[in-house]
Amino acid sequence: MSLKSPLGKVLGTGSAKNGTGHWWSQRVTAVGLVFLGLWFAAELICLDSFDYQSMTVFLSSPYNAVLLILLVGTLMYHSMLGVQVVIEDYVHHGSLKVVSLMLIKFAHVLAGALGVFSVLRVGFGA
Amino acid sequence: MAEFRLPPNSRITRGKVFKAPEGARNVRSFVVYRYDPDSGENPRLDTYEVDMDSCGPMVLDALIKIKNEVDSTLTFRRSCREGICGSCAMNIDGTNTLACTKATSDVSKDVKIYPLPHMPVVKDLVPDLTQFYAQYASIKPWLQSSTPPPPDHERLQTKEDQAKIDEPSACILCACCSTSCPSYWWNSDRYLGPAALLQAYRWIVDSRDDATGQRLDDLEDPFRLYRCHTIMNCTRTCPKGLNPARAIAEVKKMLSDRQH
Repeated sequence: MSLKSPLGKVLGTGSAKNGTGHWWSQRVTAVGLVFLGLWFAAELICLDSFDYQSMTVFLSSPYNAVLLILLVGTLMYHSMLGVQVVIEDYVHHGSLKVVSLMLIKFAHVLAGALGVFSVLRVGFGA
Repeated sequence: MAEFRLPPNSRITRGKVFKAPEGARNVRSFVVYRYDPDSGENPRLDTYEVDMDSCGPMVLDALIKIKNEVDSTLTFRRSCREGICGSCAMNIDGTNTLACTKATSDVSKDVKIYPLPHMPVVKDLVPDLTQFYAQYASIKPWLQSSTPPPPDHERLQTKEDQAKIDEPSACILCACCSTSCPSYWWNSDRYLGPAALLQAYRWIVDSRDDATGQRLDDLEDPFRLYRCHTIMNCTRTCPKGLNPARAIAEVKKMLSDRQH
């Protein structure tokens, strides 16, 4: 129970004066994913086989490797922004929210780093 | 956390059935949400059978008939009965709308009537709109201008500038849109909701207002504005045919444009 006025509650701690960057980044990465996703789908369709040997050949091309690294990075960034919104929407308990927001950032950076490392490793044929 | 079930004291039970008078030929059933905070009982659904041969065409006509002739304890807001005051906003047949402009004949089976969703209920179909009105007040819905008004006439607008505020000015603040929005259900403590944002937009695009930048600053917030995920329930449900979703999208575009 609080005796704070309804207007005082709505005004709260004021405007955070951000959110536009998040919104814009989500749209930029979405457009990027359309192009990168189409490229990747087309490449997969054109591939004869998916065994390790043919993937090594595919990723030994710098063009393919760089675009795939971009796809992994863009996908992870876009996903991180989206999952952040889901947590802000549904998780309202203070410390649980902060911990979840941290964990999803760690998880996305980790998944992105693993993806990039994998592409390089296969591409360089190690 | 998001709640997926109603709290135990809000779960709806089956209520009474009020039969139609004998000899009634054209009978429709109105299933109405009833809640009396003084009784300490859970909300219930009462069924009223109404003889439509002696009832007006709108859902509000039936509610008034029920209150006058069958059950005077039924509580709801109403005033103008012509869609301009916004008092009789409620959830009819699964959609938020005005009881006075919703024809009973537009509903195919039993007419199910609930208060506006996810708001505290004062009694029966009367929701507590205190926070909704505070959100409207928070966007400062009045002209803010540092320019002195001309001494001998009004502040002038071009016809094109007036056209920009024609539609958002037609909002009657019935709260149908905000209470249809899932984002507003989960985060109404911080998200302003489509109705308040449509009015914020109305003043942002007003050519006579000098506080455009300040107004945009006040909205630029991950919760106040950006909880809108373009679900579009607001535009679909608006009984006045307005488009709050587009107004919110325009505000987002303006915030982006001033950075690039």
